[in-house]
Amino acid sequence: MDLSFSAEEQAFRQEVRDFFAENLPSEMSDVVRSGSEMTKEMMDRYHAILNAKGWLATTWAPEFGGPGWSPVQRHIFEEEACRAYAPRIVPFGLAMLGPVLQQFGSKEQQDHYLPRILSGEDWWCQGYSEPGAGSDLASLKTRAVRDGDDYVINGQKTWTTLGQHANMIFCLVRTDPDVKQQQGISFILVDLDTPGIEMRPIRLIEGGHEVNEVFFTDVRVPAANLVGEENMGWTIAKFLLTHERTNIAGVGFSMQSLEEVKALARVVKRNGKPLSEDPLFAARIAQVEIDLEAMKITNLRMLYKAQKQGAPGPETSILKIKGTVIGQELKDLARRALGPSAAPFPGSLEGNLSLAPADHANDAARYFNNRKTSIFGGSNEIQRNILTKTMLEL
Amino acid sequence: MDFDLTEDRQMLSDSLTRYLKDKYPFEARNKVAYAAPYHAPDRWAELSELGAMFALAPEEAGGFGGSGFDISVVFEAMGRALCPEPVLGALLASRLLSAAGADQEALLAGTTKYAVGLGELEAPYALDLIETQARPSGDAYVLNGRKSAVYGGQVADIFLIAAKLEDKLAVFEVSADKASVTGYAMMDGGGAAEVVLEDVPAKLLIGDAASALQDAVNAGIVALCSEAVGAMDVLQTMTVEYLGTRKQFGRPIGSFQALQHRAVDMLTEIEQARSITIKAASELGGPDATRFASMAKNLIGRAGRLIAEESIQMHGGIAMTWEYPGSHYAKRLIMIDHQLGDTDFHLSRVIAA
Repeated sequence: MDLSFSAEEQAFRQEVRDFFAENLPSEMSDVVRSGSEMTKEMMDRYHAILNAKGWLATTWAPEFGGPGWSPVQRHIFEEEACRAYAPRIVPFGLAMLGPVLQQFGSKEQQDHYLPRILSGEDWWCQGYSEPGAGSDLASLKTRAVRDGDDYVINGQKTWTTLGQHANMIFCLVRTDPDVKQQQGISFILVDLDTPGIEMRPIRLIEGGHEVNEVFFTDVRVPAANLVGEENMGWTIAKFLLTHERTNIAGVGFSMQSLEEVKALARVVKRNGKPLSEDPLFAARIAQVEIDLEAMKITNLRMLYKAQKQGAPGPETSILKIKGTVIGQELKDLARRALGPSAAPFPGSLEGNLSLAPADHANDAARYFNNRKTSIFGGSNEIQRNILTKTMLEL
Repeated sequence: MDFDLTEDRQMLSDSLTRYLKDKYPFEARNKVAYAAPYHAPDRWAELSELGAMFALAPEEAGGFGGSGFDISVVFEAMGRALCPEPVLGALLASRLLSAAGADQEALLAGTTKYAVGLGELEAPYALDLIETQARPSGDAYVLNGRKSAVYGGQVADIFLIAAKLEDKLAVFEVSADKASVTGYAMMDGGGAAEVVLEDVPAKLLIGDAASALQDAVNAGIVALCSEAVGAMDVLQTMTVEYLGTRKQFGRPIGSFQALQHRAVDMLTEIEQARSITIKAASELGGPDATRFASMAKNLIGRAGRLIAEESIQMHGGIAMTWEYPGSHYAKRLIMIDHQLGDTDFHLSRVIAA
């Protein structure tokens, strides 16, 4: 048993740290630090900075343009990115579709789409959930019917994150309604410029726009856009979900949030003293810190296992459940620390006055927005179902 | 023993609930709640006609209520409708005007709007740490300081300001046009203001005001707790309805025991929240009012978070949307913990008492 990183890993950490120090524009880290909305232009520019270094597609194999990192290296990269207040890499093309095409796509699909993901020419979004198919994803109803060389798609997708920036969407569609649900689903790539597609924004609880509904009415998509065989979509979906779940513990984010909450508690006053000296609040911080210390090791243990076995196992559901709860608790503490200063709706306070300390005006909004993390990517209830079946075998 | 409302209070509760349901349907509510000035003058006048403000003051002050239970009835109805009107400011002011023996007819009739400046950036909850200063100037006084998160301050005509006069805490009356007022929408809708006072002329209302201010805060806590109970009740009902109608895996999600038990935990906490609110209301104005107000606000803070977070989680994505009314109830429940002392502040008060 040895909990230390190897000399190579430590050198890698230093390399990543230096890279961010030298290459991350401060206007980007400022936006991340304050929790304000990132523009598409900024996200594209960040991707380009990483791509120039060959560090954009962190999970891709070298033959496709990935850096060939181990799970531990990816973890180190994530930690350092959070530490530098770097934006989050938009995952839909890079972390989700890329690995799917590498595993299941045709040579033509790989040659066409993968370089366009790296260059930013294509911006992908995800067409998975439907109004009637959330936790029960396999019950999805969006229909694709073969007609000559095309499929004709009708139906509705929802919770499509950053779809407003996208030109492409990958979808799960029903191609056979007469078999067991999971066996009649296909995975297909759709150009959002195709006639019959309408995207509508969904405004979230805190007022922001990051998700959308997508409506399909007689949308003709070339059959060549099918990934893998017809009706093997569920296999691909499950493969993709394991990739969606890498880094799901969000340890890097939580480490950064913990430092922010501690710093905030030192500057805000309660009962005439810094809040950090309030025993009740200090206890709240200490409890999350303990949970996070354990989570760091739990996360590394699972990374280690994944590295040895070649793939993450079902126990990653533990990372999703506990990791999101820790992240949410930290956002709760930041909101709480502000007291009445959390009151203003973001952007509604005009003039020079501020209530919250710098970079904390959005903390209440961030708390509310962050409630999504225990719902998306397979809700924490679904993760418990998975653990019940796979780990407890009940 | 009698846990029923009196006939008069039941009538007030029914008429306010009916009125708010009628005049504050959800979309209309959101328009008022998030568009300046976060207040609808017509609605305000009608609320006054229905007795919403008169119920807050005792008969000797021109009202017909003023007890903890009267306040509860008004604010529980407001919580059910998420009414964003600045009634909390009116209540706090009414308590102070009553303590001063001052006329409050215009407040109760809704023709003059009052807001009360208590908290400051560095003294958000504790009254004894207030730093706004008053000093005599001719026949009157001038004030210097900044009051933060003044609820209803964005539309107030008159501010009642808590300030230090020599060593004592006093309350002053300030005309809103003399102060520098910056209004804003709150996270959960409705308005508040930052009130900056730079040599602002003021009239002394109460010279030794510590106990009057504490009473006003206690009344405000009874109001917020009652509002929370109303909002919790609605959100719980919405959640249970959703559990009964939303189908996944071929059956209503409410048929899963994992969710059933969590819904029951919500129900249990709401009953507890209602009970502690009734207790705080019954003690209002008495010698133990502060201690029970703190107990109530602590429990409401904990229960409010549970109800808000669990209802969002059990709904799933839909309760993360602006369009779904439940998300706004959840926001109100969370943000109530940021007003007049949070869970931890009141816990420390209970420990110290």
